[in-house]
Amino acid sequence: MSRKKSKHEFRANTLPAMLTVGPVTLIMILLIAVPLLYVAVMSVCSLDEYYNVTFKFTLSNYTRLLNADYIKIYIQSIVIALVTTVLCILIGYPFAYFIARTKSKKKKILYMLVIIPFWTNSLIRIYGWRSFLGTSGWINSILQGLHIVNEPVDLLYKQGTTILGMVYCLIPFMILPLYTAIEKLDTSLLEASSDLGARPSSTFFEVILPLTSSGIFSGSLMVFIPCLGYFFVSDILGGGNSDVIGNLIERQFQSGNNWPLGAALSIILIIVTLILVKIYQKLGGDMDSLGV
Amino acid sequence: MKRQSRIKAKKGFSIGFCALVYTFLFMPILVIVVNSFNATTTKPYMSWKGFTFDWYQKLWENTSLLGAFGNTMIIAIISTILATIIGTLGAIGMYKYKFKGKKVIDALLYIPVVIPEIVLGIALLTIFAKVNIPRGMITLILAHVTFCIPFVIFNVRARLSGYDGSIEEASMDLGANRLVTFFEITLPVLAPGILGGALLAFTLSIDDVIISYFVYGQTKTYPLKVMESVKSGVSPDVNALSTLILIGTIIFVVITQCDWSSKKKAK
Repeated sequence: MSRKKSKHEFRANTLPAMLTVGPVTLIMILLIAVPLLYVAVMSVCSLDEYYNVTFKFTLSNYTRLLNADYIKIYIQSIVIALVTTVLCILIGYPFAYFIARTKSKKKKILYMLVIIPFWTNSLIRIYGWRSFLGTSGWINSILQGLHIVNEPVDLLYKQGTTILGMVYCLIPFMILPLYTAIEKLDTSLLEASSDLGARPSSTFFEVILPLTSSGIFSGSLMVFIPCLGYFFVSDILGGGNSDVIGNLIERQFQSGNNWPLGAALSIILIIVTLILVKIYQKLGGDMDSLGV
Repeated sequence: MKRQSRIKAKKGFSIGFCALVYTFLFMPILVIVVNSFNATTTKPYMSWKGFTFDWYQKLWENTSLLGAFGNTMIIAIISTILATIIGTLGAIGMYKYKFKGKKVIDALLYIPVVIPEIVLGIALLTIFAKVNIPRGMITLILAHVTFCIPFVIFNVRARLSGYDGSIEEASMDLGANRLVTFFEITLPVLAPGILGGALLAFTLSIDDVIISYFVYGQTKTYPLKVMESVKSGVSPDVNALSTLILIGTIIFVVITQCDWSSKKKAK
């Protein structure tokens, strides 16, 4: 009897559960969990004289992280990510507000116009900025054509250009959650607030902003974290003058060929990510609103 | 009267502001499109030397670029199909059944969404090197499937949250077996979520630079091809290809959007 029951239980629950969840479980374990654990292991491995990874325990990779040159880049990365996030909020919020509050049919078109640029490969678009800002680029041609300047101005390879590229690449991750949050906003609350005598500014700070803060939080998380890793933006627009942690990691896995050190640097990024996600959850952020 | 002019000024400001942001968003695209008609032949192909269609012709001779674009499409299509099937099944299973370790899988799913892509890239690189899987098409597809699955699952899950399971029971009570119920009832209801997830997966796959950069081996994708030429100057035939892709996607969107609205009207 019990055997029959367990057989039934197997067919009704265990088998379909295994068939549906099995593949995703396998992939998540083999291609997410195991590789990340392996990175953690590699971060305490040493290199032999031929630059091969050997499983000899060492903490030297972590002590090397405290190198002054590296610390400078950590600070630089955080500054770049922070400025990028703030700029994305300052530009993205009013912009998302205006398009989300548009009443006409144009709203859908306005929304699509935000997404369309992102179907062109991000590298090419970043390169487009280089063609725009470079010494033989558009801005310089215009400035010289109008005789405002005689010598081309070098606008590239500065921290500011890297930030411009980061804002450019990441701003949709701010605009889209803000748009969703603002669209959900109940207009009658705004009317109530102004009927009760609130000035527009206090309606904004006491009603609109708190109700849409979820969009700001998830947007900030999705902008700040990638910024630390987007090495190609600082490569193309920063020209080595505004590296982020991603550049340090990339170098260890390519030209530097020091995988354990690169692994230790990656562990820092993982820890930073975990801390920020924890803060996000403490602020009441919903993890499910990050992926859509 | 004063109030009206203030509203007008406000409206003017918001239109102006939005126009500025759109200019910002489309500026590099404009540069790409214009440069695809640039007659210049000297690196870094930036200064304007007159109008030409040459690059669109030369594009067909650039087999390595077209090959890279082909790789991108093959990888995107295969990874999208795999990620959509695995993700949809996973989302349904996680919604319907209770099992041990569900929370762990749930937590793992968030990792590709929040972690910097470079970390996932090097993690996959180290594990592929460890188990001796040669880098190439297979590793690229494995990597793309991995980072696409969570986005499919979240999209399908959003659809499942409003899903009424009793229609499945009704179907089974009326004599349909589990498979028939799945294909005739469950899938059609979830279709918008599945489609949204698949579209997102496809977009993420064709645009991916960072993760592919670490696992490509000899199989170059279109973004990686661009990456390679960035240092010396991206030649205008790349711009020509980008322009053609852009036109293609815009046409695709216009067609699907029109279809969608006419169907809605019919309802």
